[in-house]
Amino acid sequence: MGAYFSEIFRGLQSLATGLGITFKEFFKPVVTVPYPYETIKMSDRFRGHIELVENEEGKPKCVACGMCQRACPSGCISLASKSVEYEVEVKGEMKTKKKKVLTKYNLNFTTCSLCGQCVESCNFGAITFSKEYNLASSRKEDFHFDLLNRLKERNS
Amino acid sequence: MSLTILNAVIAVVIAIAFAALNAAYLVWAERRGAGRIQRRPGPNVNGPLGLLQPPADGLKLMTKQLVIPGGADKALFMVAPVLAMAPAIMSFVTIPFSDSIVARSMDIGVLMIFAFASLGAMSVLLAGWSSRNKYGVMASVRAVSQNISYEIPMLITVITIVMMTGTMNLKELVASQSGGIWNWNIVPSLSSPLMPISFLIFFTCSLAETNRAPFDLGEAESELVAGFHTEYGSMGFGLFFMGEYANIVIGASLITILFLGGWDCPLGLFPGVWWFLLKIYVLIFSFIWIRWTFPRTTIYGLLNLSWKILIPISLFNLLLTAGLLKVF
Repeated sequence: MGAYFSEIFRGLQSLATGLGITFKEFFKPVVTVPYPYETIKMSDRFRGHIELVENEEGKPKCVACGMCQRACPSGCISLASKSVEYEVEVKGEMKTKKKKVLTKYNLNFTTCSLCGQCVESCNFGAITFSKEYNLASSRKEDFHFDLLNRLKERNS
Repeated sequence: MSLTILNAVIAVVIAIAFAALNAAYLVWAERRGAGRIQRRPGPNVNGPLGLLQPPADGLKLMTKQLVIPGGADKALFMVAPVLAMAPAIMSFVTIPFSDSIVARSMDIGVLMIFAFASLGAMSVLLAGWSSRNKYGVMASVRAVSQNISYEIPMLITVITIVMMTGTMNLKELVASQSGGIWNWNIVPSLSSPLMPISFLIFFTCSLAETNRAPFDLGEAESELVAGFHTEYGSMGFGLFFMGEYANIVIGASLITILFLGGWDCPLGLFPGVWWFLLKIYVLIFSFIWIRWTFPRTTIYGLLNLSWKILIPISLFNLLLTAGLLKVF
């Protein structure tokens, strides 16, 4: 008989404890982010699709060596370059030198697995992960990024 | 003669409007409350504070197709949702909101409300059975066994109250408690020392009667898909939903009338309809609060609670009150 009543009493007590906890939570501020209106800043280690890094002149840092293209296991990077002659002063005299300039840098994001081999293989720090994650579309073409264009748009 | 008919029509329209408005906006309150308890805002996009959510939901439900599953009992399938809503609206007719606001004050008001409340179980049974769905039938069986076992302690508690006050008229029940909090039925007196426990029993039974969590065995999603309304879409589902909330309002009104002095002010000042509404909304908030606090019980736990704890205690209370009423 005593056990019967003590069980009821303990049961009621535990119910009251639970109610107390939810009552306190009721008045605490909400912790969710109303997503489309507010977004969270992505952390430094977030891996989005890749993005070209610019130098001080706003041009891509990339020297078009093609290491990233070779490192990519899915073959989703395709780049092209052209040779440009330029003059530079070495020990008081002008010399003509050649360098490669990036003319095309396309990323096919539909096959990218975000492994990051390209970023790791780059010796010039010319590509980095973007913090872009609002990437939903019903069209495949929206995921073929022209990174040179994106860089231009960022700078304009 | 025509004036009495007009009065009746107005009363019915007001009852339906009150029930429907409450049903619609309690869904909103429930979702907002659930959100707050879970530290999220709840529906807040449609209109200020999400207040346009219920009309939007209703519009959505009404524009959907009503699918009747093959092999279902068509007539019963259509009747069941109506049967969920109609008794709740009928019960509003005899509920006194204040001294003057009552559609029809009946001498057997308590009896009538409980008679209609039992019909609610019928709608669940018919819905599950007529939709020819195994989950629906299982849910109906559960809901009916639950309703039967919880109606007993509920009615025994009501008998205790009727014995104390000597009336079944809801208006007179409230009148007998007027004059401040010390006259309310929830406060123990010499002839009824166990009234707070009776209140707890009645409160628990109201939760179970309205099939609310933690007693929503009929809607156990994890094992029964959606329970008795698995096959219902469109406004059929909407009516079940509205019926549930209308029943909650009825339950809260009954608790207020039987235990908390109806429209009476705790200090005996300014009695009126505002006190009644305040009390029922506090009770409804506690229903929502309980729903989002406790997990669902098992069917055995549910039936054990009723047969092993609530019924013996309420019976003991009935006998004790009967004896003490004789003494004092």
